Order: sequence, then structure tokens, then C-alpha cells
Amino acid sequence: MGSSKFQEALQSGKFVVTAEAGPLKGTSTTELEEIASVLRGKVDALNVTDQQSSVMRLGSMATCHLLKDWGMEPIFQMTCRDRNRIALQSDLLSAHVLGIENCLALTGDLPSLGDHRQAKPVYDLDSVQLLWAIKRLNEGYDIAGNELKGKTNFFAGAVVNPGADTEAAYELQIIKMQKKIEAGARFFQTQAVYDPVTFAKFMKRVEHFKVPVLAGVIPLKSAGMARFMNKNVAGVFVPEQFITKMAEAENKVKAGIEIAANLIKDLKNICQGVHLMAIGWEKKVPEILKTAGLIS
Amino acid sequence: MITAERKSFDQIKESIKEFESLLVLGCGTCVSVCMAGGEKEVGLLASELRIKNRLDGRDVRIGEATIQRQCDQEFIGPILETARKYDAVLSMACGAGVQLVAEMLAPMRVIPALNTRFIGITQEEGVWVERCRACGNCVLADYGGICPITMCAKSLVNGPCGGSKGGKCEASNEKDCAWVLIYNRLKKQNRLENIFKMFMPKDYSTQAHPAQMVNEAYLKVGVEEKHGK
Repeated sequence: MGSSKFQEALQSGKFVVTAEAGPLKGTSTTELEEIASVLRGKVDALNVTDQQSSVMRLGSMATCHLLKDWGMEPIFQMTCRDRNRIALQSDLLSAHVLGIENCLALTGDLPSLGDHRQAKPVYDLDSVQLLWAIKRLNEGYDIAGNELKGKTNFFAGAVVNPGADTEAAYELQIIKMQKKIEAGARFFQTQAVYDPVTFAKFMKRVEHFKVPVLAGVIPLKSAGMARFMNKNVAGVFVPEQFITKMAEAENKVKAGIEIAANLIKDLKNICQGVHLMAIGWEKKVPEILKTAGLIS
Repeated sequence: MITAERKSFDQIKESIKEFESLLVLGCGTCVSVCMAGGEKEVGLLASELRIKNRLDGRDVRIGEATIQRQCDQEFIGPILETARKYDAVLSMACGAGVQLVAEMLAPMRVIPALNTRFIGITQEEGVWVERCRACGNCVLADYGGICPITMCAKSLVNGPCGGSKGGKCEASNEKDCAWVLIYNRLKKQNRLENIFKMFMPKDYSTQAHPAQMVNEAYLKVGVEEKHGK
């Protein structure tokens, strides 16, 4: 079986761009189709989140399948929060049958952060074990050791938080990254990066793993959003200069796009690509990439 | 110990409103230590019920008793006769105690007065915290004596999620990230290499409910004593 288009993009050595789309709550796919048509040909792949922030929505697998139909290369995000090992493996088989080739394994936020706070969290497998499960399915076996009639062919990846704020948390992120690679992760997408200097140090630390890393970029929409992330989102640190720029900017959209584009320019020399989490600004991604000089 | 906390007075009142006599039955072990269902709490709840009934103009006979353990037939046996003189028993034991008392008094009604919470320790006076999920396959040796199954909100065994902030958990900034604790403990023990091990998916078949355990050696001795050698 061949490689996915996303895998080929990474292997080509070019600076790879992925973006993120979150399915909506409900069955409406109009917005997703619009995002797909805006981003087609502009990004190498599109991640589809899995019940992001533990808010119940349309599923990632069905959305990934639709994206294939719309000519996009999807990355199927899969968390360990809502499914046990039977359901996770079965969904991976189903995703394969639907033509999905890339999978991103995540732990998943706690249900208490979402809109069904009384839900029972699962976490039967963790993200390292999920990667291992994908590897086993690719090899033609389930994790109980039973042989499959027809195996999967996933290009599996994982996430890492390069901005962990204590020595222990930082070292643990690198240790877990190593374990994820050993379990089968072949690319990484990171939490949002705002300080290329600190991120460059992180990349130096993980260089020897020789696994491509796409740095997370979240365009700022306002000073308030930046302050909120600094206070509440683990591993995200927006420097004061960006907050001031956003606060003083007359045209916030233009300022947010400029900051993101400049970050991408800096990151180009540090890692293998960027992962744009636009959170509602998906249709502005082409403009960000254009300002960063990645597309014309 | 097994910790528990009392249901709200309104909930308790609602659950016993049909009875004209009631035995409030305490348990002298775990729930006594965590101040939820011991002799003192039986006295308090019984008094509260008596006052409320008087205010409501209801004539309900309320008795009090506390036995050493409601999870042990040996201690329930002597109280059965007394208990049957009431319409119902309001048990202040954990869920296990309530069930055994209900089984031995069946078909008499036994109503729980507590919500059973967790297996935990006393952190300070009046504060109890969970320390064990009774997973049936103890992994504490691998993690420097800190349980990732219990202390990590997601029971992660291969390292933290990305949600740890300032050494605290994504679930609550008042709770420590278990993985930061494990890292620091293992580092002090010079055993950090332990974290690099890949831990395979946990065997949750040990959690099949209802669980049972049998001490074969003890059973054998019991049989020999009963039937002579």
C-alpha cells in the first residue's frame, strides 16, 4: 500500500502546512464544505477534531470522509476520552474502509471541560497505547493478538506541548514524545507556539528523534484572547509585545494575520511545517499563508 | 478507608417519609473515622429527624444503634431482633454495609443515609482524599509510590497529557498533576528511567463486577475444623 498524500508532502522535504477544522454541533456540513473549498490546494492536509473541548458534535470520521469527497487530505483526530479499546480499534478499521489514511492520536480533554460534564470518561487506552494499537492494526493484528482480514494503512501522528512551564512538565513532554515515537508516531503537531526562540531550543532537544514536527499556530483575534490563553491554556505563552500590538491595532484582523504570518516566517527555519489552528478563522488561512509568503 | 458523606437532610427525609418507626443504624469502622456514619453521626441524625417530625406534627418512633461493622455478618447478627421491631432501617454505612444489612433483614426495607465516595486517606482534620481505585493490579512500585490510575484525572500510565499547568491538573488548579509528582519522586529516587518504559494497556478484567476473592488456604482450614480431620 502506498503513502498518504500528507506523508508524501512531509517526505518531500517541503515546508508543510496543515490546518484544523472542527465539525459543528448538529448535522449541518455547509460551513465545512465552504472551508474545504477555500483551503483546497492551499494546505497539505486538514485535521478534523474529535469532540473538541469535550463538546459533543458531528464526528471526526464522517467529516474526514466528506473531506475526501471534497478533494481534501484529512487527518483523523482520535482521542481516548470517549471510546474503549474495542471501539477505538473498530473505528480505525472503519476509517480505513472510508479511505482515511492519516490519524492523530490524542488523550482528549476531560468531559468536565465540555458540555456534557456528567459523562463517564473512558481513557481505557492512553495516547501512547493508541499509537501502538494503530501500529498493530497496520501490521494486521488487533491488540489482543488476533489476525485481521485486511489490515489498515495509517500514517499516525501525535501531539506534543513544547511550552510546558515547569522543568518536570517539560521533561515529561519530551519523554512522552519519545515513547510516542517508539509506539509508532511518525509526525508531531504542537500546541500553539508564539516564541520562536524558546521553540527553537525545544527543536534542538528533539532533533535527534528525526521525526517531523509541525509547529502549532493560533492566529490572535484580540488582546483578550491572548490574555485568556496565557491564563488558561497549558503551555501557551503569548508575549506581551503581541498583546500590546493586538490591543492597539485599529484593524484587529490585519494585526492578527500579520503576527501569525511573521511567526510562520520565523518557524520556517526551525521545523518541518506549521499547523494552523484558526478557531473560526479557517477561511482566513489562505491570507495568512500568503502574507507569510508560502503561497502566491 | 472507605469514605462516605451524608446525603442531604431533605433527601433522607424524603426517602423515609412512609415509615412510622425507624432504626438509625451506624457503622463503627470506616465511616466512623470519616465522621459520616459513626455513633456520633447516628445521634445527630436521629435528633434532627425527631425535631423535624415534632415540628411537622408526625409521630415517628426513632431508635439508634451502632455496630462495629455493617459489612460483617458476625456484627449484624446480634442486632437483627432489635431491627425487626421497626418499619425500616436507615443505614449509615457504606454501600457494602447497607446491602449486607438489607440481605440479612430481607424483606425489611433498609435505606441508605450516606453516599459512598472512595478509598482514601485523611489529609487533614475534616479533609479526605482518594488514593486507590481498587484496580486489582497494583502498579505503585513502578511509579515511586504515586498511583497514576487514581491521582491522574485520566488514569494515564505513560506520562502526562498536555494539560498540566504550573504543576497542576487540567481538571482543577487546586489538584497537583500526578505526573509532575511522579517525575519528582522518581528523580529523587534516581529511577527516572522508569518513566521511559512503555506501559501496555491495563488489564481491566480484574475490575469485572461484582468482584470476588477467595482465600483457598483459609477455606481448607475452615472445612477441616468443621468436619474433623
